[in-house]
Order: sequence, then structure tokens, then C-alpha cells
Amino acid sequence: MYEKHIMICGATGCLSSGSNQIAEALKEELEKQGIKDKYRLVMGGCPGFCEVGPIIVIYPDEVFYCRLKTKDMAELVEQHLIGGEIVERLLYKGPDVEAPARFYDTIPFYSKQKFNVLRNSGIIDPESIDEYIMRGGYRALKRALQMDPQAICDEVKDAGLRGRGGAGFPTGLKWGFTNKAPGDKKYIVCNADEGDPGAFMDRSILEGDPHAILEGMLIAGRACGADEGYIYCRAEYPLAIRRLKTAIQQAEEYGLLGTNILDSGFNFKMNIKEGAGAFVCGEETALLASIEGKRGMPRPRPPFPAQVGVFGKPTTINNVETLANIPLIVREGGAEEFKKVGTEGSKGTKVFALAGKVRNTGLVEGPMGITIEEIIFDVGGGIQGGREFKAVQAGGPSGGCIPQDLINLPIDYDSLTKAGAIMGSGGLVVMDDRTCMVDLAKYFLSFTQKESCGKCTPCREGTKRMLEILERISEGEGIPEDLDTLDSLAHSIKDSSLCGLGQTCPNPVLTTIRYFRHEYEEHINENYCRSGICKPLFQYVIDQENCNGCRACVRVCPVDAIEGEKKEPHEIDQELCTRCGSCIEKCRFDCIMITRVGSEADVGN
Amino acid sequence: MSAIKLTIDGQEIEVAPGTTILEAARQLGIDIPTFCEDPELPPNGACRICVVEVEKARALVASCVAPVGPDMVVHTESERVINARKNNLSLMLANHPLDCITCEKTGECKLQDYCYRYGVASTEFFGAVKDLPYDDTNAFFLRDMNKCILCGICVGKCQQVVGAGAIDFTKRGFGTNVSPGFEDPIEESSCVFCGMCIDNCPVGALIPKYVTGKGRPWQTESVPSVCPYCSLGCNINLHIKDNEVIGVSPDQESPVNRGHLCVQGKFGWDFVHSRDRVTAPLVRSNGVFVEVSWEEALDYIIDNIKDIQSRYGADALMGLGSPKSSNEDSYLFQKLIRSLGTNNVDSYTRHCHVSAVDGMMDAFGNAATTNTIDEVAATDAILVIGANPAESHPILDYRVREAAQKGAKLVVAVPEMIGLVDVSTAYLPLEAGTELALLNGMANVIISEGLHDQDFVDKRTEGFEELKKAVEKYTPEHVAGITGLEAEAVRSAARAYASAEKAVIVSDAGVREETGGAAFVRALTNLALLTGNVGKESTGVYLPYGENNLQGMADMGVLPNVITGYQHLQDQKVRDKFSKSWGVEISETPGMTAAEAFEGRKNSSIKAMYIMGENPVACGGDRLKVAENLENLDFLVVQDIFMTETASLADVVLPASAFAEKLGTYTNVERRVQLSQTALEPPGEVFPDWAVLVELAEWFGFEWDYTGPEEIFDEIASLTPEYSGISYYRLAEQGLQWPCPDEDHPGTRFLHEDSFSRGKGLFAAVDYKPEALPASSEHAAVCCATGYHGCQCLSETLSKRSVISAFKKGCCV
Ligand SMILES: Cc1cc2nc3c(=O)[nH]c(=O)nc-3n(C[C@H](O)[C@H](O)[C@H](O)COP(=O)(O)O)c2cc1C
Ligand code: SF4
Ligand code: SF4
Ligand code: SF4
Ligand code: SF4
Ligand code: SF4
Ligand code: SF4
Ligand code: FES
Ligand code: FES
Repeated sequence: MYEKHIMICGATGCLSSGSNQIAEALKEELEKQGIKDKYRLVMGGCPGFCEVGPIIVIYPDEVFYCRLKTKDMAELVEQHLIGGEIVERLLYKGPDVEAPARFYDTIPFYSKQKFNVLRNSGIIDPESIDEYIMRGGYRALKRALQMDPQAICDEVKDAGLRGRGGAGFPTGLKWGFTNKAPGDKKYIVCNADEGDPGAFMDRSILEGDPHAILEGMLIAGRACGADEGYIYCRAEYPLAIRRLKTAIQQAEEYGLLGTNILDSGFNFKMNIKEGAGAFVCGEETALLASIEGKRGMPRPRPPFPAQVGVFGKPTTINNVETLANIPLIVREGGAEEFKKVGTEGSKGTKVFALAGKVRNTGLVEGPMGITIEEIIFDVGGGIQGGREFKAVQAGGPSGGCIPQDLINLPIDYDSLTKAGAIMGSGGLVVMDDRTCMVDLAKYFLSFTQKESCGKCTPCREGTKRMLEILERISEGEGIPEDLDTLDSLAHSIKDSSLCGLGQTCPNPVLTTIRYFRHEYEEHINENYCRSGICKPLFQYVIDQENCNGCRACVRVCPVDAIEGEKKEPHEIDQELCTRCGSCIEKCRFDCIMITRVGSEADVGN
Repeated sequence: MSAIKLTIDGQEIEVAPGTTILEAARQLGIDIPTFCEDPELPPNGACRICVVEVEKARALVASCVAPVGPDMVVHTESERVINARKNNLSLMLANHPLDCITCEKTGECKLQDYCYRYGVASTEFFGAVKDLPYDDTNAFFLRDMNKCILCGICVGKCQQVVGAGAIDFTKRGFGTNVSPGFEDPIEESSCVFCGMCIDNCPVGALIPKYVTGKGRPWQTESVPSVCPYCSLGCNINLHIKDNEVIGVSPDQESPVNRGHLCVQGKFGWDFVHSRDRVTAPLVRSNGVFVEVSWEEALDYIIDNIKDIQSRYGADALMGLGSPKSSNEDSYLFQKLIRSLGTNNVDSYTRHCHVSAVDGMMDAFGNAATTNTIDEVAATDAILVIGANPAESHPILDYRVREAAQKGAKLVVAVPEMIGLVDVSTAYLPLEAGTELALLNGMANVIISEGLHDQDFVDKRTEGFEELKKAVEKYTPEHVAGITGLEAEAVRSAARAYASAEKAVIVSDAGVREETGGAAFVRALTNLALLTGNVGKESTGVYLPYGENNLQGMADMGVLPNVITGYQHLQDQKVRDKFSKSWGVEISETPGMTAAEAFEGRKNSSIKAMYIMGENPVACGGDRLKVAENLENLDFLVVQDIFMTETASLADVVLPASAFAEKLGTYTNVERRVQLSQTALEPPGEVFPDWAVLVELAEWFGFEWDYTGPEEIFDEIASLTPEYSGISYYRLAEQGLQWPCPDEDHPGTRFLHEDSFSRGKGLFAAVDYKPEALPASSEHAAVCCATGYHGCQCLSETLSKRSVISAFKKGCCV
């Protein structure tokens, strides 16, 4: 037995902030002290708070160390492991806590979270099937193998699980379709394409708990009558792919994959297919084409994949997070337990990728129905720099922008849709008052526009024209009719596009117009971008009352546009200024202001 | 499942489940615009112009892919629909060069039509427009992708129907394009220039080069014709303006080609306007040809022929007909030669196909390919052996491909990789020349595993025991040693073929006797007989010929031993029938074959020859010997459209008419007699060949008073049982497959249904002998007409005078 387990986050985020080096240093230190055998070192999955990585959690103490450096290891070993004293210096500190938080549950970031999907992430060694089994793994599979396939579908349906890949289709129902589709060869496909640029929950799950996905797929296979699976994983996730391969090999060795699994007569073969990384390849029919080696282009449905899927056979496609929920639901009493969390129409939890202008960024798993306020302010610790919360983009690039007024909106499938957004993959990008809504819409649309597969006219041609209009508006060339044109184009693209990409990609434009119409009008009619983003539509002016001539701005200005005597108020030469924004960041007295072009130091609006 | 009732634009209709809204609307005569829909391609749903409003549906639905639902209420032209279509068209126009004034597609462009229909004259959007380079690297067509609306039809046709896979979508978003890989020019792609993309492009993005500036669609006349190249006899429409062909399009309704063509049919017709055409009769005088009047030429011919006839007898005369001639011309040709008192009438080209003809004849009693081309698409298993239909008979290749895509087992046994391997279930790369061993091995497996159809064998065949004994030693292991294949591959090929409900064999008539051709064909027929895969729909043996009317020429009796419809001259009743009809005595002596005539006997008994439309000098196995023989003749008349290698040896050259310049029928490989209309006035002094033959006959003193091809055909029908129910009247409607015994008979799709033409099907014990492959020489290339390696018949008479020579080399025709 080990005295303690030392869990070093070995997921992509922390690896890039140096967790491998930390692990090396720790190992060296333990060896030096001759106490190597007392501790078990594990490179675990992501505990979500990547922003403060690299992270180490020591069990059973549940002490959470963060922002670690290699040189901290000696102290950690000496003081904590040998001396039994917590190293205060390395604990989490933040504006949202009074004293350094020692334990997991005292960190505000974790306060409102509920771990279903991330239950094992950061707790077990993702490369050890034994640890997965020790935490109850593969028990649900064993149970499923004794159940009637339709009963499994019913149980999942009854639990109220909806697809986490975006559309929120009831998973049990979907399985039932595949189960009932005629044919003796069927497939289960795990959608691990994760094309939404801000999202990384699927990667985290695959890296941190790969066996949960295998178990989920096996149960799905049993329920749908499928004997072969594909995990379609983007090639940019090499660690996830490696962990999956290891997990598959282990499961095969344990007789949990292959022929006659657990003596039940059930067979299952698992394949991994690396995707080329186009956003649209996450759309299920494009994904099927891509698995078949064709260009990833969506095709019309019906026929749905449950009837005609990969290689023409009935196929169930589920998202990674959906599948990670399965073992929890299908274990004894799991469905009842699962149902207890969430709202009427959306059960269980959802993992969000919290990003943007919020203090704490990272992966957050919360119960369905958690409000925007709870996520941004309780978990996220509020807006960076104490600025004002303006809006949150929910659901990735095809999601919608939800304004500050709707801060009490519960996050679940139906509420988001009603607000004009979507659950999507669960991306949440928080914006403060320095975010321009026209620019935001332009940013997301330029992404989806580039990623349009080019097949159907409204999406391919229409998004380009919408983007061009937004570009004109942000360059000060907008005309009053533009808003109507945008609106009608957006609606006809939504109304007549072939696949989900086209049907949702106008959402950011529509929601920003819906909630921030005045900002568009300001751009068009008054040539003014109040957020100071659209360069031709504002200017920086130094507040002559408050500027004390510290010259901090002068030193950063790359074009020498700021003049003034030392200790006297300075001024910006508007002819020279490129609106690079360096000075405004630098000024500690908040004297640099965004104003309308041509106006003097009085702040517009 | 029961029918589904729905309402479209206020009209109720009941349709089968799975019908699309578009199809249902079409049944009601409601016209919904479409760009990207094509009945033979999988549901596409790309262009979204076909959207309609379905009550209670969240969004508009694309009618071309949306199935009908019970009690649906559909509006095809509601305001919301019209708005969406206008927006759609406006978006297309915003990214389209508005070149309608000079665009070749004007008048038959769907984008133009729909903009007109919805009053979209300009676009409210402005911004980036495509600026892609023009691709005119090839000899056949221009690709202007700036006009492309990305409907994807060309990609579907090229990948799925043709299998060339030359083009695909490239890039994403606004930059999406359709092009060969890496945006290479089409010339450097795997394009086979079938033109299928061009024929189906809804806009003017793909334009055949020849039409440029030649005429608008409404200024041209479209004349139904038949492709003059291979024996599939695809139905084409010639687009005529000012007595010039300016384009060709496939007949969309044709039961033969269903709107498909290959490079020859699409682009190969331009030889018609070649400047090399012979346009007046020529007589050799002092070693050079001089133009003479028809009277002089005919006079000269009559004098010489009569002279030879009186000095050496009628059997010193010989006529060589042509597999390119129409049935009427072939019929009159043999009638003329026979009227002169000899049966020396044959064709040199037949030579290439003689082993196939003999093999089929001996096994089944009829040399013709047994079933219809289109039946291949609906079969369950196909054995392609010793042929590459993509090269020789592309439409047949398309049908094999279609069957494979529908799930048929496809076994491809050829020495070198061919395109069909991509869609095959088994590829057997056997040693060249060992096909017979493989076939015997398959027969061995079929018999030893009891996969043969005992009932069929018992009732419909003879010679089974001999076959069984003969193939005993061809165990899979033994065959593996010969062919270089795995024994298991031989077994599974046999099982695939034998255990299918319906199975087809596809090979080629271009198998030569020197390499065991007839034995090979017998081995094919053995398999079909063993498994009962003959005499039923979607079964049979396909041995298509290289030339368009080889079947018809033989049907017309351009053969030394039989007269029309393979009626034997030995039969007194037959001779009497023809003597009575023609008013001349028919000789009982069988004629000489072309091969015998050219065998190289310097003192051959043939003194004068009339060659109509053949070029044996360029085509001969041994060119010099043929030329020598022709030079040794006392008198040689050649009738041809070009001054061929053969014509240049003649004493008299008569100009011939090209296929587009005359009315006539042609019989394709599936025995389908098809009418080809006059599309052009012949150039210069050229007359239709039938008219020349009639004139000649009259100068000889025979009373031929035909007023046109129809009368000639009626005579053929009256004398030929297989053709007796066929008439121009019926053919104007559509082609008919013989046997067609009476006016109400619908024609015969496949042969040997209740019994074989020879009674019972005959097995043959054929032994594999290692053959020396034909020595490779410059001519031993792949024959374009037959796909056969080592063919030496590369006359290229037509093709070298066509733009297709830029793509297809070494063509027989
Ligand atoms: C443009 C587009 C991109 C998508 N990308 C993903 C993706 O990256 N991952 C995913 O799981 N689902 C994605 N989806 C949703 C899938 O089409 C599909 O609905 C989902 O995989 C079904 O699984 P679920 O029922 O478990 O959610 C995407 C959909 C669209 C329209
Ligand atoms: S909506 Fe966009 S991504 Fe989807 S099929 Fe159409 S063009 Fe492609
Ligand atoms: S915005 Fe940039 S360029 Fe303009 S004054 Fe400030 S530092 Fe200089
Ligand atoms: S393709 Fe059609 S719309 Fe375009 S220029 Fe030609 S005729 Fe006009
Ligand atoms: S001509 Fe034929 S082979 Fe060439 S691109 Fe078009 S369809 Fe493909
Ligand atoms: S070239 Fe023509 S057929 Fe091909 S995609 Fe473009 S518009 Fe369609
Ligand atoms: S397949 Fe034969 S008949 Fe058809 S177009 Fe080609 S050459 Fe002509
Ligand atoms: S990667 Fe380490 S906490 Fe997310
Ligand atoms: S015709 Fe229906 S989408 Fe193109």
C-alpha cells in the first residue's frame, strides 16, 4: 500500500505549462530522499482548472497545489510529504477566496460543480484499467449484458439523457431506432471530432477516463445490436488517441472487447479513425462520409444514420460526453440517481468550457439548470479586472449571445434555445464591456463561413455576404438597410440550409442584433464603436483633467503619437495613432478614453 | 406499405411511401425548379432551389430529398418559398459572371431560366466574386468554374456512373470549387472525356469546344442518330445548323444508353466534316486518280467487271462489305454480289471476331450476345474476364459498375489492374493467356461442390459428362499453378458466380483464334450452361463487337455461306425464296471467305474485288500480304468516305456517304435494330450508298426500283424471319430487338428462353494449352474497339480524322 497518491495533471493544458518537468523533478526529489516507494505518482486527467496549472492533488488529503514550478518540488516533498505540513505558498489564492484554499471543495471554482462525467478525471490513472475497474468501471457493462437490449434503451430513455453533441436528441430513443432497424451488421460511432474551437471537454474525458467511453460504446453496442465501433477522433488530439489505444488494448486483454465478452456471446470490435479536423466533419453525416474515406460533406436526412449509417449499415452516433454518462446510468440504480440532477427537460450534468473575460477559466461540470450567474460569478469568480459583464456566447460559434439582462437564465437545452442560443458543445465565452458585438458576430461568422463545406448555396454564398456586410459595418461603411438585409439573409440561411452548420451559423448575428441592436445602429448611423474595437469608428483621447503626465503611455506607443510635457497632461495625435490599444492598457489612472471620432475628451454616451 | 395521401398546392395525390415531394409534385404536373437533383445519383440536396413549404414544418424543406408524409400539406410557390428562391438566385448571381450574351448555354441554362421565372434581374448583394482560371487545356471542352454553381452533378456522374473520378469538390467555404485533385488541369486528370459532366451541367460552366460561336440551341435542329463507333449502338441526337453538325447529345430516354455516352459518341463524329472526304468518283489513269463523272465511273466499272466475269466466271468476283454500313447498304451490297452469280461476299473485319462467333454459335446455335446491355445493371453477380469494357464498350462498363454499386458480386479476372477493380468484390490478376485454365477451374469447383443447376443441365444441355471428365484435372490447386492465383481465389470466384440467383459473364468478341479464342468462348458458355445462367433475364454471355454494325452486317448475309438471317444457301427452299424475290438465280456454291482470299496465294482465283467501306490494308494481320493481293487483282473498286490505304490501291474509288448523311438502320450487339435519320446533305458528288448500289445494279441490268431505304428494309423484313415484324414505322418509335416475328411482337430482350437456337445447349471439353503470346510489335497495342491485347487492326480510319485522336490512340474504327 502507498501512503499517498500524488496526482499530477497530465492532460494537454498542464502538459503545455510544464507538468512533465514537474513530475520529473518530483520523482528525482523522492528518490533523493529515498521515499520513492511510499508514494504513487500518477499522471492523471484534467481536473478542469487548467488556468492555474500545472496542478498536483495529493490524496487522501485532497490538498490542491497549483501554478507549480520544478523548483517547488523539494519544498513540497520535505514539508508536506515528510513533514506532514501543507505548503501554504503553493495553494490556490484568488480574489474570490479570503485565505488560500487547501482542499478541492474550498476552492470557489469547484464549489457549484457536480461531477458525473469528470468523476474519474484527475482521480484515476487513465492508463490503468484496474483503477477504472476499482472505481466501479465495467460493472454497468456486466449488468447490460444480462439485460434485454430494448430494456437498456428504455432505461437510458427513462433517465432523460439527451445527446451532449449539440442537438440534445434523447439518447435512449436514438438507440431504440438503431436497435429496431433491420440488418445484422450495425455500428456504434463515437463522435470525438470536437470541432468547436473553444471546447475541450471531450478531449479531457478521453485523456482522463478513456475506459468510460469504451464502456459507454459497449453498452450502446449491446443496446443497438451493434458489434463494431468507430471512435472518430480529431488528429490534433494525439494524447487522447494514445490513451484510447492503450485502453483498447487493455480491454482486449481483459476480455472486455473482442469475441464473447464476459462469456455473454456478445462481440465487439473497436476501431479508431483519425479525423482531418474540419469543423463540419463533426456533423454526423459528414462524419460518416469521412469514416468511409470520402470528403466530409453532409448529406440530407432521412435516411438517418440509424437506418443508413456508416458503410450503409444502421449506426448510432453519440458524442463523447453522452457516452461517458452511460456507465453511470446503466449501473444498478443509476438511472434514478441520474434523474435527480437537472431540470424537467434536461437531466444530469453538462460540462462547460468557460473562457473569455472571466477570472477562472477551465472546464466546469455543473448540473443542468445552473444559471449563467452561478457559472460566471460563483465558479468563474466574476469578470477579469472587475469590469462589467456584458454578454456570454453560449454554444460555440453557432451558438448565440446572451446579454447581461438574462443573467438568471438557467442553462439547459430549452432555455438556451428560447434565448436564441444553443447548448452546442457547451462552450461559454464571457465578454466584458470592451467587447464589440458587431466584431463578435463577425468573428464567429468568419469561422463558420470558412468551415462551411461549400455544398449548399445558402450557407456557402449567404454566409459570405453576411460577413461582408458585417465587415462593412465595422469599417464604418454600413448603410441603414444592412440590418434588414442581414436579418432576411440570416433567416433564409437558417430556413433553407442543408445541415446544422448552416441552420445555426447565423445565430451569433441574429442574437447580437436582437439584444444589441443599438450597437449596430451606432456603428451604422453614428460611426461609433463604443467598445473601442472597430478601429475606424472611435478614437483614443487622453482625459486632460486627470492625466498626470506619467509618460507610461508614451513609452509604449509604437508610433510616437503621444506628446506632452512631463507631469503635464498628454495628448494623442489622431493622425498618427493606429489605435493599437497599447496605451490604454498601460495607463494606471484610467485617463485614456474611447470617444467618437472627432469629439474631444468628453466621453461619448 | 399503403399509399400516402397528401396535398400539394391544393391538389390531393396518393403516392407510394418513400416518394419525394418533388416526384409527387411532378406527377401532378407541378414544376418545381431543381439544379442539383438527378434521378440516377444519390439524394444530394445541395442547391436548395427546390425548397417548398410544408405546413407545420419548422423550416422549408428541400423537395428533392424530403419524402412525403401522410396528410402533408405542401405549398410549392408560397410567398415564403418564392422569397427563399429569389434570395437563393440572387446569391448565385452575386457570384456569377453575367455573360449571358455570349454564353453558349443561353437558352438552355437553368440559372437563366429560373432568374427569368422569378424576375431576378440583378442581385442586391455585392462583394467578392470568384476569379478562377479558365481550363481549356484539353481538346474537347472548356471549364469555366466561375460559372459553376456547385450543384455537384458532374462529380456524381464522373465518380459514380463513369467511374473516372476525375473531379471532386476541393476547398471549403466560399472558395469551394469542383476540379481535379490539386486543381490540376483536366488534361492531367483521369478524365476520359466521356462528356457526361457536360451533358448534365445545368449552367454554362462546361462547354464543348466545337460549339463555340456556332449557333444557339433554338437555331439548331436535333436529329436522332446512332453512334457510329462500337457495337452498343448508343442513341444520339445530332445538332445541326447550316448543314453542319455542331454538337451531339445523348438520348436521355434511350433504352440502350439512358443518357450516357463515351468519348467516341460524344466527340468522335467530326470526321464527317473532315477535309479528307472523297467527294467525287475517281478513276486511276496513268497511275494517278482523276475526278470523273458518275456516268464515266459506272461505265468503267461495268465494263471491267463484265469483262472479268465473262473471262473467268462469276466466282472470280468478290465483294467485301463493311460493319460500318447500314443494314440496307449491306443488304443491297450482298444482293448485288450474289446477283452477279457468286457467293464471294464477306467482310475482313469479321476476322477479328470469328472465334467468338463460332464459339457462341456452336454452344447456343446463335452467335449473338444473349441478353440486353441494360440487364447487366440488375444482375446479382458478374464475371468480367479478359476484357476492359471501360476501354472497349464504356456503356457496358457503366452498367457493370451500377450493378456492383447495387450490391452485385463482381469478379474481375484480368492480368492488369483496370478501373472496375475499384468496385469489384474480387480481383483475380491472372497470368495473361491463362483465362481458359481459370474458367475450367471454376467449372471444376462448380461441379465438385455441386453448385451447378442439375435440372437445367438435365433438361436443356448435352455433353455434361464429357465436360465433367475434361475439367476433372483442373482442380483449384492445379489452376493456381497455371494462373498464378491462389486456389482459394478460384474457389470463391466460382462460388460467387454459381451461387448467385442471376449471373452474367462479360468479355469481348475480340478474341483471336491464334490465342485459343474459340476454346475460351466455349469455356465461358460452359459456365453459363452449368449454372443455368442463360435464357433468363439478367444472365447470359456478353461478347460485344468493336464495330457498330457488325451484328447487322452478318444479319444481312454479308457472309459467304449464309444469306440474311443466317439462312443456309445449301437449303433449296431458301435459294428458291430469294431467287423468286430477286429475279436472279442464286448460286449454290458457298463463297470464299475474306481470310481465304487473302491467304496469300498469288494465283488466287479472285480477279476483281468491290470493297465497300473497309480498309483491310490498314487493318490486316499482315498488311503487306493484303496489299500485295489487292495489287495483284485485275480490277479493284473501293467505295469509301476517305482515301484510305486500301482505296489508294484501287482502280476506281467511289465516294461514300457518312452515317449522318443517310437514312438507315443499324443492329447493335443486343440485336436491337435502330433507325438513324438523315441529318446532313452529303458533300460534293456524294450520294447515299444505297442509291449508288441501286444505280450500279441498274447499269448491270437488274431491275431494282427502290425509292428509298424504307422499301429496302421492307424487303429485308419480308425475307428474314427474325426481322419480319420490324418496320420503319415501328422503329421511328423505338428500336426493336430481333427475333421479332410479327407486327405485334415487342421484340426479344434475351435469347434461348425456352430452348436454344440449336435445340440443346452444348458443353465443350476444351483444354488449356500454354500459348505463345502474340509477338509484341508496334501494332500489338490494346485494341480500342475490343480492348484486346495484341490486336493488329488499328486502322483508325474514322478516329484519326476526329478530335478524339487526341485522347484515343490506335482505334479500329
Ligand atoms: C456543424 C456541426 C458540427 C458538429 N460537431 C460535433 C462535434 O464536434 N462533436 C459532436 O459530438 N457532435 C457534433 N455535432 C453534432 C452531431 O451531428 C451529432 O448530432 C452528435 O454527434 C450526436 O451525438 P449525441 O446525440 O450524443 O449528441 C455537430 C453538428 C454540426 C451540425
Ligand atoms: S449548411 Fe453549410 S456546412 Fe452544411 S451542407 Fe450546407 S454548405 Fe455544407
Ligand atoms: S492607441 Fe497605440 S498608437 Fe494610439 S496612442 Fe495609444 S499606443 Fe499610440
Ligand atoms: S451560365 Fe447561364 S446565367 Fe451564366 S452566363 Fe451562361 S447563360 Fe447566363
Ligand atoms: S468528361 Fe467524363 S471523365 Fe471527364 S470529367 Fe467529365 S464526366 Fe469525368
Ligand atoms: S460544373 Fe456544372 S455540373 Fe459541375 S458542379 Fe458546376 S454547375 Fe454543377
Ligand atoms: S459506348 Fe459505343 S456506341 Fe456508345 S457512345 Fe461509346 S462508342 Fe458509341
Ligand atoms: S489540463 Fe491540467 S487542469 Fe486542465
Ligand atoms: S434540387 Fe433539391 S436541393 Fe438541389
